[in-house]
Amino acid sequence: MRPVTATVARPDMTTLRMYAAVAAAEFRRYATYRQAMVAAMFTNSVFGFLRCFVLLAVAGGAAGGAAAGYPRDRLATYVWIGQGLLGTVNIWSPPELAERIRTGDVVADLLRPVNPVMAYLAADLGRFGYAAVTRLVIPIAVGAVAFDLYAPAHPVTYPLFVGSVLCATVVCFACRYLVNATAYWLLDSRGPQIGWVAVSSALSGMAFPLAFLPAPLTTALYLATPLPYLIQVPADVLVERHPPATMAAMVAGQVAWAAVMLAAARLVQRRAERRVVIQGG
Amino acid sequence: MTVIDVRGLRKDFTVRVKAGRFRREARTVAAVDGVDLAVEAGEMLGYIGPNGAGKSTTLKMLTGVLYPSAGHVRVCGLEPVPRRTRLARRIGVVFGQRSQLWWDLPLRESFELLRHVYRVPATDHRTRLKWYRDLLDLDAFADLPVRQLSLGQRMRGELTAALLHGPEVLFLDEPTIGLDVVSKQAVRGFLADLRDAGDTTVVLTTHDLADIERLCRRLVVIDHGRVVHDGTLERLHERYGSRRRVVVDLDEPLATPVDLPGATVESVSADGLRISYALDSATAGALVARLAAVASLRDISVVEPDIEDVVARLYRA
Amino acid sequence: MADGTLAIYRRLVAAQVRSQAQYRASFLVELCGTVLFASVDVLAVLVVFRVARSVGGFEFRAVFLMAALSTCAFALADLTVGSIERIRAYVRTGLLDAVLVRPLGALPQLLAADVAPKRVGRVLFGIGLVGVAAHTARLDLTPARWLLLLVTPVAGAVLFGAIFVASATVAFWWIDSGEFAAALTYGGRDLTSYPMTVYGGLFRRVFAYGLGFAFVGYYPALALLGRRDPLGLPAVTGWLGPVVALGAAGVAASAWKVAIRHYRSTGS
Repeated sequence: MRPVTATVARPDMTTLRMYAAVAAAEFRRYATYRQAMVAAMFTNSVFGFLRCFVLLAVAGGAAGGAAAGYPRDRLATYVWIGQGLLGTVNIWSPPELAERIRTGDVVADLLRPVNPVMAYLAADLGRFGYAAVTRLVIPIAVGAVAFDLYAPAHPVTYPLFVGSVLCATVVCFACRYLVNATAYWLLDSRGPQIGWVAVSSALSGMAFPLAFLPAPLTTALYLATPLPYLIQVPADVLVERHPPATMAAMVAGQVAWAAVMLAAARLVQRRAERRVVIQGG
Repeated sequence: MTVIDVRGLRKDFTVRVKAGRFRREARTVAAVDGVDLAVEAGEMLGYIGPNGAGKSTTLKMLTGVLYPSAGHVRVCGLEPVPRRTRLARRIGVVFGQRSQLWWDLPLRESFELLRHVYRVPATDHRTRLKWYRDLLDLDAFADLPVRQLSLGQRMRGELTAALLHGPEVLFLDEPTIGLDVVSKQAVRGFLADLRDAGDTTVVLTTHDLADIERLCRRLVVIDHGRVVHDGTLERLHERYGSRRRVVVDLDEPLATPVDLPGATVESVSADGLRISYALDSATAGALVARLAAVASLRDISVVEPDIEDVVARLYRA
Repeated sequence: MADGTLAIYRRLVAAQVRSQAQYRASFLVELCGTVLFASVDVLAVLVVFRVARSVGGFEFRAVFLMAALSTCAFALADLTVGSIERIRAYVRTGLLDAVLVRPLGALPQLLAADVAPKRVGRVLFGIGLVGVAAHTARLDLTPARWLLLLVTPVAGAVLFGAIFVASATVAFWWIDSGEFAAALTYGGRDLTSYPMTVYGGLFRRVFAYGLGFAFVGYYPALALLGRRDPLGLPAVTGWLGPVVALGAAGVAASAWKVAIRHYRSTGS
């Protein structure tokens, strides 16, 4: 990193402002897809009811009426947060970048004087901003009407949750970027895409809390993969599964994963660009 | 025999328009607003109009794709929507921007599949395919997957695909859109042959008025869902005051431009050597004969009225 | 005449298979993908029983049988009718026009032309799963139960197919309906993997009985296992799957007819 001096601070401010503009444009773009949002809310709600009923039945059939340590109200909350996070963290976004790479449109991104990873991240955060006030909040509200949800006891949980969702979004963005970037080498990136969707839906905590899995496997997932940091960690933060200090440590883990995955995305992007240049595009 | 018989045809669409911050109002818009049309067997009809005038909507109601809101429609004596599949055997349709062909398969296989879809006897199929292969020069690319064809090659394939079952009526929606000059010529030449053979009634919508000039004796102009002209190209010119012009170059300037009955002087060049007449009722021949009597003519040219001009004026009106 | 029509559809299906076969690598990847997704769905059922001894009053072998029947039925429907999801794109772009000017029914034509052979993998997985589940459940297979075991996935597939078609017609009125249909199709698949006793109140009434999902896995499994329905319906209910499925197919066919009439082709 270069030392920040007055002379480089100015261009940095312009760059930041440019990223902010990209994010704002993306926020507005998503705000126009109102009908698709209504449809998504309907779908999220149906799946919310479904999973909630199933997991409550699981708790009912488990010893002590709590499933893997989740009492009923926390379990219900967990499900509805999960539905909200699905569209906010955006695990299953359409493979736009891979499509741009396949068609060659990506060259237009490379011609811009900004880092494509950061520009795409800014856009994704704009989308996140809109999703956070719609797709995250609405399922929780629907769930709260139909089920007894758990209200966090510690005030610190709320800021921690906001930070955790933001980190989850960045981690998820970087993961998807890497999956999409395989298109630079494979052209048809459907294999990695399918793998990503399968693995992320099974092992991110979306289908069921990871505590349902054998403990060694869960530990391995936390230590070796970014997957639990997508849904499991933010959901656990809000239902206060662990004491605040432990949860803060988990969010710190998210920050670390976000940094690692973003660095990996930038590295891969640099390699890919060199490849595009060598091949002549 | 009337092949297409349309009376009082209407199609209303409901559109939602923003009315205030959150409210939306449903408003009914007539895309086709009382169209009457009768097309005789063997005619080639040009159906034109500006974007959104209702051309494609009419065509879709004639082919059974869209259900009319009101009016009477018969194509080959059949009501299109209720008799959609039966009518489909008797008509051919080419949508310039929507392929009828199997994208990933060789063109040849599309033809073979269509033979089965339309249940065409093998011998008829062979004869027709041979005919179109020669006319449209298909053999050069018939073994390539459709996705690899150029737009012009694809359009030739589409035309063949639409004609292989020997339809009585052919509907062409923008068949020359996006084609290069050479492909356009090829398509037009083919359609001219088709017209001259006289077995197929053709309805052609297009943006390219050169298609119409080359191919269609009859022209229907539609605007805001209504027919604003139905007749020959000449009638259109007459009606909208566009005239043919005769431009003469003289060896020596005349003292005063000759005034001729049935023609008006439009312009005289500065040196007086070139005079441009607009023909009202006189023929070009009569005009030239009269001029030749009073002056020595170096050159004569007859300028046809520009259809683009007329139509542009018509759309603006 | 009827035979000839079938032969035409067979040719359309064959053409689609030939088209897909050109992209061999993608085809293999996607074939594996469908099996992978199906296994993830089943895995969820297995994982749940690590934490609970029973779900909705049923032990593992019963729920596993329901899930297997549901997986197999859904896979069959997904293979034959699942591509109707693409109707949204057809309506949006006006591509349906090209389908409507051919002398064939629009729905069978779309299904034949868009069939996704890669989904065969999922069907094989589903069939295998039913075998394993039937074995695990130690079914007392009388000839009547054999028949029920064979008919149930087919009836379930017809019901899922009807749901696929009916929910796809929504696109004719609501082009931006996005994931709406997925709630009923994929939602139905997840829902039918568990006993109906799990769901509560209005949700159960609408999905289990209103949409008929209870007849995909739950009631047939009860009949196969010789169990009484805790929800109080008589034993014969387990045999009603085909009736419910045909009723649903009738409703879906009518919805499709109305939708086609409502079609407003866009674009030029």
